[in-house]
Amino acid sequence: MGMKPSPFGTQIPYEEKELKVVGSNPEARPDAVDKVTGKARYAADINLPGQLTGKVLRSPHAHARIKSIDASEAEKLKGVKAVICRDDLPDMPVMHAAAGEIMVNFRDVTRTIMAREKALFDGHPVAAVAATSESIAKAALKLIKVEYEVLPHVIDVVDAMKPDAPLLHEDQITKGVEPTPEKPSNIAAQMVSKLGDIEEGFEQADLVVEREFNTKAAHQGYIEPHASLAIYTEGGNAEVWTSTQGHFLIRAQIAEILEMDISRVKVTPAELGGGFGGKNMIYLEPLAIVLSKKSGRPVKMVMTRDEVFRASGPTSGTNIIIKIGITKGGKITAAQAILNYQSGCFPGSSLPLCTPTAFTRYDIANVLVIGNDVTCNRPKVTAYRSPGAPMIAFGVETVMDEIAEELNIDRLEIRLMNAAKEGTQTHFGPKLGPIGFIETLEAAKAHNHMKEKLGPNQGRGIATGFWNTLGMETSATLNVNQDGTASLIYGTVDVAGGMRTAYSQIVAEELGIPFKKVRAIQSDTSSLGFNFTTAGSRGTAAGGMAAVKASRDAITRMCEVAARIWEVELDQVVWEDGHARPASSNVGEFEPLSLAEIAMKAGFYGGTIAGHAEINVTGGGPGFGTHLVDVEVDRETGAVKLLRYTIIQDAGKAVFPEYVKAQFHGAAVQGIGLALNEEYIYDENGVMANPGFLDYRMPVASDIPVIDTQIVEVPNPNHPYGIRGVGEVPIIPPLAAISNAIYDAVGIRMRDHPMSPPKVLAALDEAAPATAAE
Amino acid sequence: MTEMKYEVPTSLDDAVALLADGKGNAKVLAGGTDVLVQMHMDLIEPDLIVDIKNISELRQITKEKDGYRFGAAVSGVELMDHEDFCQTWPGIMDGVSLIGSLQVKGRASVGGNVCNASPAADSVPAMIAAGATATIVGPKGKRDIPVEEIATGPGQTSLEDGEIVVSFFLPNSAPGTGGAYQRFTPRTEMDIAVVGVGISLTLGDDGVCSSAKVALGAVAATALIAEAAAAALVGTKVDKAALDNLAAAASAACKPIDDKRGTKEYRIKVAGVLARRVALIALERALGGKE
Repeated sequence: MGMKPSPFGTQIPYEEKELKVVGSNPEARPDAVDKVTGKARYAADINLPGQLTGKVLRSPHAHARIKSIDASEAEKLKGVKAVICRDDLPDMPVMHAAAGEIMVNFRDVTRTIMAREKALFDGHPVAAVAATSESIAKAALKLIKVEYEVLPHVIDVVDAMKPDAPLLHEDQITKGVEPTPEKPSNIAAQMVSKLGDIEEGFEQADLVVEREFNTKAAHQGYIEPHASLAIYTEGGNAEVWTSTQGHFLIRAQIAEILEMDISRVKVTPAELGGGFGGKNMIYLEPLAIVLSKKSGRPVKMVMTRDEVFRASGPTSGTNIIIKIGITKGGKITAAQAILNYQSGCFPGSSLPLCTPTAFTRYDIANVLVIGNDVTCNRPKVTAYRSPGAPMIAFGVETVMDEIAEELNIDRLEIRLMNAAKEGTQTHFGPKLGPIGFIETLEAAKAHNHMKEKLGPNQGRGIATGFWNTLGMETSATLNVNQDGTASLIYGTVDVAGGMRTAYSQIVAEELGIPFKKVRAIQSDTSSLGFNFTTAGSRGTAAGGMAAVKASRDAITRMCEVAARIWEVELDQVVWEDGHARPASSNVGEFEPLSLAEIAMKAGFYGGTIAGHAEINVTGGGPGFGTHLVDVEVDRETGAVKLLRYTIIQDAGKAVFPEYVKAQFHGAAVQGIGLALNEEYIYDENGVMANPGFLDYRMPVASDIPVIDTQIVEVPNPNHPYGIRGVGEVPIIPPLAAISNAIYDAVGIRMRDHPMSPPKVLAALDEAAPATAAE
Repeated sequence: MTEMKYEVPTSLDDAVALLADGKGNAKVLAGGTDVLVQMHMDLIEPDLIVDIKNISELRQITKEKDGYRFGAAVSGVELMDHEDFCQTWPGIMDGVSLIGSLQVKGRASVGGNVCNASPAADSVPAMIAAGATATIVGPKGKRDIPVEEIATGPGQTSLEDGEIVVSFFLPNSAPGTGGAYQRFTPRTEMDIAVVGVGISLTLGDDGVCSSAKVALGAVAATALIAEAAAAALVGTKVDKAALDNLAAAASAACKPIDDKRGTKEYRIKVAGVLARRVALIALERALGGKE
């Protein structure tokens, strides 16, 4: 989403066939044992001889002009080998590029990794040191003298949009507004998506409901902090091991920021301890390289949790106004959304990605979505699992419940009456192809969850979600080994969702060999051509398509070998069930040749067998889901307890069903955390008050009820296995589903996130002040 | 660079001498679940760490004639595994079993919980309500003080340089006594109390409450003794009217702050709610003859 698909892209039509490997759970997950025994190597586990420890000095101010930096005392400290600040990084002009699902501007990227004119948020890097030990590096940080001129700051998105708000960028004129404003503002850009005639649509409505919602910034919460190890050699080459979702993008960003040739930079992605969109950006990598260049030694940098929270990408906090018009008969005639999104210290929130999701679950003729991208004194936001979409769904799905109640229509029925289906015109451009949204709603209706009895102060909530599947550049090489095994070198980082397993299943299915004969291995940037980052739910869909292409390429090569052995033409050989066979009895009487036999003889008959894919995938299929949740509200404390949760989602085709369910679970749990307690809290100085898991309250296991999952399979017609992305859709509904359940339980509408106990209790007290005294 | 020293004394005298020498920048380490975390977060930079886990007096749980004594470095799990202690002091165990995760409780001690001096410490309100005292040893000798006199403010204690808490003493309670502790946290576990309430109450043969003690956590700079709240129970059968008075008095006693963990209004209100709930548990235990 957000980027236009290439007209030269690759789509492979869905083919219904009997499957042996795809669609069933393999006996074992290939990465599991090394992970649970601690042998898997994450970036922080990798070391080089003679390496130094790098640490970052960060601004304690939310907004301050940096008047001077004096590192001379730090440089004199024994054990300090290099100190860098803004002067050690080249300045960058305005230059846009895609970093995962979000666009970046290199002028801003270089200023995000190291402040130049101003520190723009609490935690903004202002200098970095490399020393022989961590304690020396920390001591050196204290010796760096930074002279700040503290400026007024602005944290809240609504405050930042006010005409008299402190400006982060004095030259920032709002883009996308006609006529061009004369005065600068924190509104970096306005984006509009529309369909039909919104005014006419509201005129046709018998009921119009408009509501305002506010959500707080939230962090992806990956367990593994950012970590990088870098070495820069006298030969002018840089090598980096890092925690990332997309090593090719990291390489491109490093090369751009440090004015190096891409060929001079090699990036190896380590095993990833979670990213969820937050690891598509460079933070430590260029600093480690510059420190290595200056010191002549490898430099390792690992963020603390405090640094992760204060200075790596949260998702936007938002202010959202949703307005929906509907006829008495239950047909939505118009829908409007105003989306005010924090972008953090530089422009570039997730608005271009989430705007298309606003109303796409429903067939609505008249739609207007206006998005404002607003700079404020916070870390630059990055993508977070369906970036920006859960907050819009929070608004839309709770308003859907309100209108259903007002019109006395069942909550599932009103969604079914307006549900998007094949042929529905979206407000962001294309018409929808075959999708499984109605199937998820029907499955919800029939689910036994709907029959469970609710007690006092208990309620049930329903909400839906939609996210598209990204394609983009995808590369893979399949090497058929001499012993009849196959090694797939993949470029789409396995972000711990288990894509390597799915790829192996697909290769095994294509080649007709057992799953355990295939191993999928992560590439570094030198072993494959450019591959886009793992974002937009593209991992299994796009990487899987590349695996198909590479497998079929290798099969052609194997058929060539068979043709040479049999002295027949290539088109007289077919591949079936792991063997080359004569295409018909007319070709001649030949014993089928197995993959292992061909692999062994291939050297003589033309050379090693390998298959390749270097494609731009455009066959991603939209994913839809419906969630059900039961809650119980403690009227005296405002605590919301989840009793039961059900996720129903169209996966197109589940390659590894247990993994698909795990994606459903993981995303929903993140959404539940977002709904209940997670929020960035700032003090009056604009300093983050809760930069740790103790007070940034992600849910713990005992906060989560039993989660049921149901996989719906409506195949994606443009993917050979019908695959749709599954990882992002299930984080979208929980906010709204829980809000709707709280209303069902105790009759209060929660429109301010998070729905934490103090907020719920305050809303209860407001709703019933008379009974509170009793 | 200065180096940090780590010492593991095996006697109280050695520990006291080391700490007295270390002056203000020495830290006592038992389970380390606060000290090590604070060091990692750069909140403290001690020159000396004195690990007290190898001093036998600090590791024992003993039933004495007049009550129970347990060492300040006894871990939460060691208490949880001590059947008789758990049966005798369910209110204390309500608090101990809420500290961190099971892994954390495997290391964390009540002594550390008390001396870390967080107003939200989960073991403290129930200890205060039960009338617990602490035995302290230092360069000037030994002294016994009520548990509530240790913390003087967030992170601050009345302990002088060289002093350590050796053990806690829980005096035998009168027949018909029940104790309980509950806290409110946004998460179900692995969290810090927004409000904590510990109550101990004693019923006479006629079922009338003859004495009570109410301690509130996380609503002031230190755990508070809410005398008016206790008085609301005394002379009653802990009925609805008494519980209403208890809740109002508990709320009135709060002197909380607004912070990232909760607002003043919220803490005040929930203190009353919890006091009522905790009193009912204490009542049930008193009727069952526990504690």
